[in-house]
Amino acid sequence: MATSKPSAQRRRSNSNSRQARKTGGARLNPALWELRLYVAGMTQTSVRAFENLKLLCEEHLQGAYKIHVIDLLERPTLASGDQIIAVPTLVRRLPTPVKKIIGDLSNTERVLVGLDLRPAGTVR
Amino acid sequence: MLEKVPTGIRGLDEVTRGGFPKGRAALICGGPGAGKTLLGLEFLVRGALHFQEPGVCIAFEETTEEIVTNMASLGYDVAALMREKKLGIDHVHIEPRQIEETGEYDLEPLFIRLRHAIDRVKAKRVFLDTIELLFLGLKDERLVRSELRRLFHWLKDAGVTAVITAETGANTLTRYGIEEYVADCVIILDHRVTEQVSTRRLRVMKYRGSAHGTNEYPFLLDDDGISVVPITSLGLTHSALTERISCGVAGFDNMLTGKGFFRGSSVLITGSAGTGKSSFAAAFADAACTRGERALYFAFEESPSQILRNMSSIGINLNPWLKRGLLKIHAARPTTMGLEGHLAIMHKEIEAFAPDVVVTDPITNLVSVGDLTSVKAMLTRMIDLLKSKGITAMFTNLVIEGDVDETAIGISSLMDTWLVLRTVEQGAERMRTLSLLKSRGMAHDTGTHSFSLSDKGILIHGNQQTISATQAQ
Repeated sequence: MATSKPSAQRRRSNSNSRQARKTGGARLNPALWELRLYVAGMTQTSVRAFENLKLLCEEHLQGAYKIHVIDLLERPTLASGDQIIAVPTLVRRLPTPVKKIIGDLSNTERVLVGLDLRPAGTVR
Repeated sequence: MLEKVPTGIRGLDEVTRGGFPKGRAALICGGPGAGKTLLGLEFLVRGALHFQEPGVCIAFEETTEEIVTNMASLGYDVAALMREKKLGIDHVHIEPRQIEETGEYDLEPLFIRLRHAIDRVKAKRVFLDTIELLFLGLKDERLVRSELRRLFHWLKDAGVTAVITAETGANTLTRYGIEEYVADCVIILDHRVTEQVSTRRLRVMKYRGSAHGTNEYPFLLDDDGISVVPITSLGLTHSALTERISCGVAGFDNMLTGKGFFRGSSVLITGSAGTGKSSFAAAFADAACTRGERALYFAFEESPSQILRNMSSIGINLNPWLKRGLLKIHAARPTTMGLEGHLAIMHKEIEAFAPDVVVTDPITNLVSVGDLTSVKAMLTRMIDLLKSKGITAMFTNLVIEGDVDETAIGISSLMDTWLVLRTVEQGAERMRTLSLLKSRGMAHDTGTHSFSLSDKGILIHGNQQTISATQAQ
């Protein structure tokens, strides 16, 4: 699939960091990943999102990540800062650019692409 | 009885018979630049300023700073209102390209943000501008729809009066069918351009449980915000006044049983170029000011200083009245805007100046921006408004020498008094003549008289006898 759409892939990877292109987009090793998971109460969906995220980070970013879980029911003012409109929302604060992923993160492939941990062409 | 919340927007509360439905949602749709956002913001700001109803704006398009700047140009200090906790703005930014979606989610944060904003200022009014953008930002349309449904239920439960904007769709009222969720009150804004002249119009398409004006009403968007012209709702209910006022020319008063026009009547003066129409108009305004009344003069042909200079040459000095604030001259080129726009401005000026007499000189020029039907419709509204306020109005109309213009015939039925001015070649001289074609509700001189313009004013010759003769009969 990746080779059948070279132009699309190039376009996507251009928007990634230069580092990502060098390593073929397979894996980044930044010093620290700063992740925020916005939820609204401990619902099934938010618990599932957290578990999915935890698994994924352990596999791909072991020891190099931090997850802040922010419950908007407790801290409603924080919703506007990161412009949160849906829950759960995962925000990658670092490395930049800021990335947002909405949903319970159940589709691991899409999450990896969303976080620039895998090039776009490999999905689907 | 459906309770309503006044918008405070000039004219809109008349059209909606009291404002928006209390505790429900009203939908404003229209194309880009139709004035949707401004209407919603005015609803909030006026609510906070005049009705002790704090408001919240959830802005999907503009940032808080942009809103503050835009409203400042209308003279509203939104920042101060925000500091005083009378108004809250939350800018919701959705950047579709930034967002990846995977798995289940809901839009609870929107509710949280809205609730927080409402609680902070104890809001009674909410404005969502433009919530449709959710459809652009999120791929799961079914989810957005079910969440919107939930949101509107939630708003109803919260007891706030909401205004929602939406863009007009190709075949539907709104692009994403928002009307399905908000259907208590639907207002359509329209911005049409006909022959390079633009006119804004507002229509109440639907108002559940309430009577409302069904016409398209012209509205203005200017330094004072929005003003709607609801004149068509007036109709023929005005009471006829019996008081008489001088028309400013003694000989002309004589032709009208010596007492002049009825107060609140409308007078048409037609004549070809240079027959002295403006002179009669100025004399009329001058007489009103002499009585201590207020006169509003709409000039569509000459600038104020030109009028002052020309009139002083026939002994009518309008300057003192201008200085004392009894006379106001509003000069504008007819082509600067559409008929409806002129009507809206005239309406606004009349509301603001509260005149006793109004002169429109000439209405002919307005014909250049509209066809006969719309000119007549506009004049009808204008005359209804003036009559309902007991304002005496004089309109001049230019006709081509020799024939009575069809425009004149079209509009003359609206007029109570019709004076025709002519010039007749007499040897080497041109003689000015005048005759009254009609004057409703009074005996009047039916003869043709000559008159002259001099530095002493307008002098009508030899009609004293005729009028006595009429009275004798």
